[in-house]
Amino acid sequence: MAKRLDVKDLNLYYGKFHAVADVNLSVPPRIVTAFIGPSGCGKSTVLRSLNRMHEVTPGARVEGKVTLDGEDIYATAVDPVVVRKTIGMVFQRPNPFPTMSIRDNVIAGLRLSGTRDRKRLDEVAERALRSANLWEEVRDRLSKPGGGLSGGQQQRLCIARAIAVRPDVLLMDEPCSALDPISTLAIEDLIGELKKDYTIVIVTHNMQQAARVSDQTAFFNLRGAGQPGNLIEIDDTEKIFSNPGRKATEDYISGRFG
Amino acid sequence: MSATLDELSLGRPSLARAKLPLWALMVTGLGVIVVTGLIRIATHMSSDVALLLIAVALYLVAQTMVSLSVEGWRHAKNRLMTSLMLAAMVLAVLPLVGVLGYTVAKGLARFDSVFFTHSMRAVAESDPNGGAYHAIIGTLEQVGIAALISVPFGIMVAVYLVEYSSGRLGRIVSFFVDVMTGLPSIVAGLFILALWVLALHQGNSGFAGSLALVILMLPTVVRSCEEMLKLVPDSLREASYALGVAKWITVVRIVLPTALPGIITGVMLAVARVMGETAPVLLTVFGNSAINTNPFSGPQASLPLFVFNEVGQSFDNAVNRAWTGALVLILIVLLLNLIARTVARFARVRG
Repeated sequence: MAKRLDVKDLNLYYGKFHAVADVNLSVPPRIVTAFIGPSGCGKSTVLRSLNRMHEVTPGARVEGKVTLDGEDIYATAVDPVVVRKTIGMVFQRPNPFPTMSIRDNVIAGLRLSGTRDRKRLDEVAERALRSANLWEEVRDRLSKPGGGLSGGQQQRLCIARAIAVRPDVLLMDEPCSALDPISTLAIEDLIGELKKDYTIVIVTHNMQQAARVSDQTAFFNLRGAGQPGNLIEIDDTEKIFSNPGRKATEDYISGRFG
Repeated sequence: MSATLDELSLGRPSLARAKLPLWALMVTGLGVIVVTGLIRIATHMSSDVALLLIAVALYLVAQTMVSLSVEGWRHAKNRLMTSLMLAAMVLAVLPLVGVLGYTVAKGLARFDSVFFTHSMRAVAESDPNGGAYHAIIGTLEQVGIAALISVPFGIMVAVYLVEYSSGRLGRIVSFFVDVMTGLPSIVAGLFILALWVLALHQGNSGFAGSLALVILMLPTVVRSCEEMLKLVPDSLREASYALGVAKWITVVRIVLPTALPGIITGVMLAVARVMGETAPVLLTVFGNSAINTNPFSGPQASLPLFVFNEVGQSFDNAVNRAWTGALVLILIVLLLNLIARTVARFARVRG
């Protein structure tokens, strides 16, 4: 469980467009790393490259190295499907499968990969829903469609779905941006609990959120319009928000810019 | 005093406006009817359709004038446009209702048990009995086989186009599907006649008809499935990939079920379209007045062909059979539609 990620000289492209340039960073296990920065600076793109979801977009390309506990996930022999089982992802908008019940949504990852054992699937469903703090709310309607839940519940359902496949790392792409403050609080509490078992990387536009939930923060920025985004600095969250090393970071978090 | 001053000096209008009451519209309508009656007497015009059109045009003009004088331009234009849309809607629905009503009225005469249990074997065209049992069997078998072949193929082509193709080959396939959508049905019939029936010496059979219908169904199925698959949000595919699910399983277990209701509708449209095809069936199945339950050997009958044959006879009894055949054809399409919709509803998770 909970492995470390290292990114070395990462360059990301959409077709001819150079989206992100020269990113180097390390994500240690069992802490929360936050990516902050203005829109379009490539934080989500970097996040998606960490579990090989970047290449799902037609024309998208990756250069550089991403290692999971020392193993290069972009090596030719590596199967992206296996990488994604190991490094799970939660998206900006809750996206439960509309044709499946709540229970089937949670165990979708296991079932669609060939697990048939009903008893085990039931156990996994309950454990994942409990970990996502959703079990008490949905235990009586597990066979109802996932789309009938509220936005915050749907997002926790998606988190349950992601952790049901027991990944080592959990990537979250602005998981609260479509949610109200109460649901956001629920998710943030959940992140705090999940970091005991998982390596977590979260992209957020909300700097208070980054300050609240993360241990380490990376600030991304654009050099200019049409230029690739790049990593300005990465450090302990406390240091980034109290005494950042770079002027651009200070301007951004103090609201003077961006 | 101050209120009057306000209105005079600032010209501030009230929020209320003159509005045409309902009775004014009714009076306008009555006036138009009277005027049309006068026109009829004066010109001895006897065509009801022409008089109706004149009345509609007169009403549109009169309503606009009345509304203009009371409510002003904006309301007059609004009323004119609303009436025009309404007229267009009625004009479009009228033939539909007419066809249905007329077919039901004419078809009920022979809608009896004999019609559904007897063929035309040893029945003279002038006889009052005889039925379409052989034709119903033929149509169901031919269209059923055609659907069995073209639905899986069509869905697979659509899946390839949406999920797998990138670039040249996909565009070429897409282009040919578009061209085939507009293929005249007689051409499909001729092609199967020349290739399957004559060149390959397979002879006329229900299956030959199915092949012709496959050519007609395939592009419709591909096109509609393609559109439905495109409607499935990418976020669902990504959610599945992010769980470490392989691509083909994502397609089969996530994308296709999500698009299923739309796919079923598309398939039903394709089935309904080929069910009424006469020309290709005439060339390939040939027609038969006796029951032939084997679609793979010998000429069969089919409902459109049955209607075509019977309506060409000079006996009232034959024409009545044709109408009932047409009614049965409509009912079969309707029934299949209902079944498909029910299946689509139960295929979803119930909430």
